[in-house]
Amino acid sequence: MHPEELLRKQAETAPDPGAAEALAPHDLSRLGRRSRRVDGHRKSTGSEIYTDDIVLPGMLHGKILRSPHPHARIVAIDTSDAEAIPGVQSVITGRDMPLAYGIIPWTRDEHALAFDKVRFVGDAVAAVAAVDEDTANEALTRIRVEYEILPPLFEPEEALEASGNPIHEAKKEGRNGNITKHVHLEFGDVDEAMAGSDVTVEGEYYFHGTTHTPIEPHCAVARRNVNGLLEVWSSTQVPHYLQRELARVLDLDVAEVRVVQPAVGGAFGGKSEPFDLEFAVALLAMRTGRPVKILYTREELFYSHRGRHPMDMSYRVGATADGRIRAVDGKLLLDGGAYASFGLVTAYYSGQLLMAPYDVETYRFDATRVYTNKPPCGPKRGHGSVQPRFGFEVSLDKLAEKLGIDPIELRRRNFMGLGRTVNEFRVQSNGFMECLDKVEHASDWKNRYGRLPRGHGLGVAGSCYISGTNYPIYPNDMPQASAQVQIERSGRVTVLHGASEIGQGSDSTMAYIACEELGVPVEYVRVVSADTDLTPVDLGAYSSRETLMVGNAVMMACRELGTKVRASVATATGVGAEQVRLANGWALAGGERMPIARAFMLAEAEHGTLGAVGHYNTPKEGVHGDYRGGTIGASPAYSFTAHVAEVEVDEHTGFVNVRKIWVAHDCGRALNPMLVEGQMEGSAYMGFAEAVMEHQRVKRGTPEGGLHDAPSLLDYRIPTSLDCPEFIPLIVEANDPEGPYGAKEAGEGPLHPSLPAIANAIFDAVGVRIDRLPFTPDRVWRALQAARADAAPESESG
Amino acid sequence: MKQILELRVNGDRHEVGVPTHFTLLETLRYVLGLTGSKQGCDKGDCGACTVIVDGEAVLSCIMPVQEAEGREVRTVEGIAGRRGAHPLQKAFDLTGAAQCGFCTPGILCSALALLEVNPQADRDEIARALSGNLCRCTGYTKIFEAVLLAGQAMSSGREPAEIIGEP
Repeated sequence: MHPEELLRKQAETAPDPGAAEALAPHDLSRLGRRSRRVDGHRKSTGSEIYTDDIVLPGMLHGKILRSPHPHARIVAIDTSDAEAIPGVQSVITGRDMPLAYGIIPWTRDEHALAFDKVRFVGDAVAAVAAVDEDTANEALTRIRVEYEILPPLFEPEEALEASGNPIHEAKKEGRNGNITKHVHLEFGDVDEAMAGSDVTVEGEYYFHGTTHTPIEPHCAVARRNVNGLLEVWSSTQVPHYLQRELARVLDLDVAEVRVVQPAVGGAFGGKSEPFDLEFAVALLAMRTGRPVKILYTREELFYSHRGRHPMDMSYRVGATADGRIRAVDGKLLLDGGAYASFGLVTAYYSGQLLMAPYDVETYRFDATRVYTNKPPCGPKRGHGSVQPRFGFEVSLDKLAEKLGIDPIELRRRNFMGLGRTVNEFRVQSNGFMECLDKVEHASDWKNRYGRLPRGHGLGVAGSCYISGTNYPIYPNDMPQASAQVQIERSGRVTVLHGASEIGQGSDSTMAYIACEELGVPVEYVRVVSADTDLTPVDLGAYSSRETLMVGNAVMMACRELGTKVRASVATATGVGAEQVRLANGWALAGGERMPIARAFMLAEAEHGTLGAVGHYNTPKEGVHGDYRGGTIGASPAYSFTAHVAEVEVDEHTGFVNVRKIWVAHDCGRALNPMLVEGQMEGSAYMGFAEAVMEHQRVKRGTPEGGLHDAPSLLDYRIPTSLDCPEFIPLIVEANDPEGPYGAKEAGEGPLHPSLPAIANAIFDAVGVRIDRLPFTPDRVWRALQAARADAAPESESG
Repeated sequence: MKQILELRVNGDRHEVGVPTHFTLLETLRYVLGLTGSKQGCDKGDCGACTVIVDGEAVLSCIMPVQEAEGREVRTVEGIAGRRGAHPLQKAFDLTGAAQCGFCTPGILCSALALLEVNPQADRDEIARALSGNLCRCTGYTKIFEAVLLAGQAMSSGREPAEIIGEP
C-alpha cells in the first residue's frame, strides 16, 4: 500500500480529532478511562493459549512420584521395572539433579526431586516420561522406593523444641534446624510507652492457612533444541527467576535457557517460584531428546501449595485515653511447612508491613518461622501481612470498644499522613482518610453501626500494602524492570516487556501507557511479554510491582520515542515541539493535524529506525531505614485500603452470611478503573473466602498423618457464585510521585481488611469476639455457646 | 482399545477414533484440537470444562464421549457466529469479566445455555446457573454484570456497547 493510501485510510478511521484537540496540556488522553483488556477477545473466544494447550511434535507426557510419608529418609530407589515398560522413555530421581535450589539465595534447602529425605506427604521423589499419560502413570506404580520412616513434626510448637531428627540440618552447630528465620526488631522503647499508656488491649490470634487454588493447574513443557537451547514453557509468574534456577540445577549457562510464559490461568502467588515439574520436564527433555509436558493434577496443587502461612500471633496495644496508639508489641509464630520458600521474607513482612497507615509511637515484633512436615507455605496475595493485619485491626476494634470511641474515628485519630512510619518506611502519598470517608458514607455507618438488630452487624478495618519491593531477590544493581518499544511507519507500536500477565491486566496497562505517550489507538499496539529470549529482564508478578515498576519502564521508553516524533512533526509544521500533541490516532500541531502514521513516517525519515528502552529502579536513598532488615518490605510507594463489611449471623447454626463489603482503595492514579475495580473485587473476594470458608490443613496421627484434609475443589471450599457477598469498589486516587502518572498497586492491598472487617462485624452483630480463623459455623456456634455460658451466672446473680 | 465415533461439534461433523475410556473433554482437547474448553480439576468440581450439549450446559470432563454421539455439541469456539462475536462475548470484553480467563470458556457456556432460554434472567437466576463454575479472580461481580448486559442485548437486539454507552 502506498503511504498516501495508508494515511487516507487512517484519517478516515481514526476517532474524531476534536476530542484530542480539546484536551488541556496536562490531561491524559487515554489513561484513566475504563478500557477493554487487550487479551479480552482471546479470552472470550477460547483462543488464548495456556501452557497445557501447547502440543509439540513427538511430545512425551511426564508424571511425578510423590512421597506417601511426611518425614522419611530415602534408603534406595529401584526404577528398573518402570524403565522396562514399553513406552517409558526415561525415569529420573533426585540423584540426577543433586544441586540444591531455593527462591531466596540464602535459604537454598530444596531439591528438584528429593535427594536424601522426604519432608512432607507429596514431596517429589522421581519422575517419568512416557508416550502417554496412562503409561507414565503405570510406570509410577513400578518404581520401588525404600524409606526409613522418621517421626513427623506437625505442630510449630513441637518444631521449636530442638530434638533429634530435625526436618533440616542446622547450618551452625547448636542451632535448631527446624527454624527457618527469627526476626526481632524494636523501634522506640515499647516497654516504657506501654507502661505509660492509659489503656492496653491484648489478644491471641490465629490464622489457619489457606492455599491459592488458581483454576489453571501448574503445567510445564520443555524442549531441547538441536543447537542446545533449552526451552521451557511454564505457567509461572516469575520467568526470570525460573530461567536462573533451571540453569543452576541443571548446571547450564543461563544464556542456554529460554523460559516462555504463555497465558496463565491464575496464580495469586502460587506460581512465584520454581516447582518440581519445571525441573523434571527440562531434564526429561534433555535425556530423551523429545519435548515433555507435565500437568499437575488438582490434588497435586494442594500439596505443592506455597500458600499463606498459618500464624499464631499475640498483640498487646497501648494507647492514650483519647485513643492514640503509643505501643504495639507483637509475637508471631509462622508455620512454614517443609521448605523455606520465601519464608525469610515472610518472617520480615509479618512485622514490617504493619506500621501504616497509623502513627504508632513505638513498635516491637518478634517473628519466628519454623519448618513442619506439611506442604510448604510461601507467598499468597498479600504476602506475610494479611495474618498480622487481622490480629492488629481486631485489636484496634477492641481498643475503640474499651475507650467508647467509634472505630472509624479511632482510626482517623491515628492517621499518619505523609512522612515516615515508626519503622522508617517513606510514605509520599496517602489516601487512607478518604478511604475511611468513602466506606463510612457508602455503608451509612453513622446511622447503622451499633444500631442494627441483633444478628446483624458492621465492621471496619484498614490496611496498607507495597507497590513492589525496593530490592530484588538476588542482590544486584541492574534494573528491576525494563521495557523496549519499537515504532514504525504504519503506526504500529510494539511493546516488549518482561512483566508477567497472570490475569491482573499488566499487558493491557502497558499497552495503554504506549497509547497515552505515542497517541496511537490500542489496535496499533502489539504487546510481547515474559519471554526471556525476546523481552528485557523483569523480575516477575509479585509484591504488586508491575504497574509501578514496569509501567515506569514502558513510559520512559515511550517518552524517548514521543520526543523524537514530536520534534519531527514540529519541524515539518513549523510549530514548537512543545505545541505538538500525540493523541487518539492523531498528531496535532497548532491548528494542523495528521494521522499518527504520518508523524511516525516523519520521525523515521529524520532519525532512522525507531526504538527505545526504558527501565526502573527504586531510589536508593531515603526509601527505608538504615538498620538490619530495614530494606525488606520497604517500597517506592504504598497503597491504602479501608473496608466495611456487613454480616448476618445465624445464632442457631453459627453461619456467618457476609452480605456486603464496601472496599475503598487508594491505588494512586487509576490508569484503568475497570481493571482496578476487578482487582479490588477479586482481592476482597479472596479475603472473604479465607475468613469464612477455606482451610488448608493436613491430617494428624498414623497412618494418615500428613495427608491433605480436602485435596479437591469440592472439599476445599472456595466460594461459588451463590456464596459471595456483594462487593462495592470505591476508588481513591492519592497520586504518588514515584508511580507512573501517580499510579500505585491494586492487586493485593484490597485483600487485607476483609478478614478483620468481618471479625469486627461479627462482634457488632452478636457481641462475641472470635480471634481464631476461619469463622466456620461450628466455631462461631461454639463461641456463642461459650458467651452464653459466661453470661448465665451473671444474669442469675443479677 | 479404540472406538470410532461420529460427533457433531460446533456444526462440524467429525469421525474420530478415541480410546474407549475418553471423556468428551479429552476428545475435544486431544483429538479435535479444540483447546478452548479447559481442564481445571478433571472430576466435575470446577466447571472450566463446561460445554453445551443439545442446549444444556454439561461438564465435559465427566461425560463419557460416547454419550455425546448423535447430539449437538457446542464449545466456546462455536459461540461466535460468522458475523463476529456473540453479544455475550462482547459483554465480557466490555465489562472486564475475564481476568485470567481460564474459567471463562466454561462460564460462557453455562451463561449462554441460560440466556438462550431466558435472556431476561435476573442476578439470582444467573448466580444459580453459574454455581457450578468456579472463578478465582473476579468475585463474580463483573461476570454478573456481563451476563446481565448480554441478556439485555439479546432481548432488545441492541449492541452491548450501545447499552452501556461506550463509544
